[in-house]
Amino acid sequence: MAGMDHAPPPFFKRGPAPLALLTFYIAVSLAIFVVDLRVKSLDLFRQSIALVVDPVQRIAQTPGSLVDYAAGYLRGLKELQQENSDLKHAQLSTAPNLQRLAQLESENERLRKLLSVKEREKASGQVAQILYTARDPFSRKVIVDKGQQAGITAGQPAIDEAGVVGQVTRVFPFSAEVTLITDKSQAIPVQVVRSGQRSVVFGLGNGQLELRYMPANADVQVGDVLVTSGLDGIFLPGFPVAKVVNIERDSAYSFARIFCTPLAGVENFGELMVLDPRSPLPERPPEAAGRGEIKEGQRVKKKRAAKTN
Amino acid sequence: MQPTFTSSRILLPVRPWFIFLSLIVAALLNFLPTAHWPGMPDWVALVLCFWSIREFRRVGMGWAFILGLLMDVADGAVLGQHCFAYVLLAYIASSLSRRLLWFPLAQQALQVLPLLLGTQVLQALMRLAVGADFPGWGYFVGPLVATLLWIPLTFVLLLPQYQPVEQDPNRPI
Repeated sequence: MAGMDHAPPPFFKRGPAPLALLTFYIAVSLAIFVVDLRVKSLDLFRQSIALVVDPVQRIAQTPGSLVDYAAGYLRGLKELQQENSDLKHAQLSTAPNLQRLAQLESENERLRKLLSVKEREKASGQVAQILYTARDPFSRKVIVDKGQQAGITAGQPAIDEAGVVGQVTRVFPFSAEVTLITDKSQAIPVQVVRSGQRSVVFGLGNGQLELRYMPANADVQVGDVLVTSGLDGIFLPGFPVAKVVNIERDSAYSFARIFCTPLAGVENFGELMVLDPRSPLPERPPEAAGRGEIKEGQRVKKKRAAKTN
Repeated sequence: MQPTFTSSRILLPVRPWFIFLSLIVAALLNFLPTAHWPGMPDWVALVLCFWSIREFRRVGMGWAFILGLLMDVADGAVLGQHCFAYVLLAYIASSLSRRLLWFPLAQQALQVLPLLLGTQVLQALMRLAVGADFPGWGYFVGPLVATLLWIPLTFVLLLPQYQPVEQDPNRPI
């Protein structure tokens, strides 16, 4: 009878049952899905995988960029001359403003000092090349060719020659992911240039932006330009973001629906500038004294109640 | 009438490096700039489905999980999105494989369509559930194109396993 206890010899080696394996893998993938979405603590894991995937992806993108390069090379001389003369013309037309900019800036600085207002921060950054757009169809992101090696950190704003493009959301060793302002999860605090009204602009996911939480009678017109307000402590104030194209005022709702299009060439390929992070904002003032006192009073009352009991 | 088993030719055993190579090439095809064109199939899902049906002892859920992780990172998607869909695809494909291979190729393709479409729908549901925006119906055209590619894909991926036409009578296999 002792022989009955022995397991049969492993003639046919079989791993765990498929259903058990399936349960295991599904549990793991759901777990990392939730953790990546909510806790965002898998960045190092993602970076280490990206270290392998990133070079391969760049190689796969080379045929396209080679074609672009060849097309650029073969572009007619005449076209380039035309572009050159246009640029010279544009430079000349902006020259009067630009030449006085240095003087204006120093004057502004002096006046601010006289008013004892904090000095304006100067914008600086580094130019990065857009490598490709991320394949994920549920979001709007591009990958640029500078990463941790160039000192880029998550949260830095990205602009192009016309306005704000987006914000760096993930950083890999040699590349970084920029979420465009048209992404559904992206929001930027803005200011209407004409009226100075502050609000927040949200991406809609279809290439447009929406200015939310503006009352139905708000002073916003079609054609108004929105610039960053800088209240977030991330974007410097004054960068153009979007232009209002359509306003739906319905008295049934307390808010107007205001649609805007981005000013920057958000969906175009090319170069962008990743701005250096801003110096931290001054700390929040301590909470109002009155509220604190009330709390203190309540606590005292409770203590008294406890004593009487 | 018995269904005709068109692949009655005896195939040579598959070489593991060829499976590996084909999966890498599929991933490369996904990384190409053409991936943004409407109706481009998810090559990794297609090749993974093929091998899980043909060689479920070699390509299984482990491979599906690793490829899913790679695609998640490469796409900039949420980690686990492709993993979940690919693992489920590999499991269903391998459990269907004994039945599926009895059908002619066109009918195989018809049965593969719900698998590939399900992979895509599952990913869309996962992302929509956590607040992503709808990617448009073009996202679901990819599996239809992939279904059309099933017959040529089978031909290409089985090429190294076909036997030469002139056979040595002394060595039948």
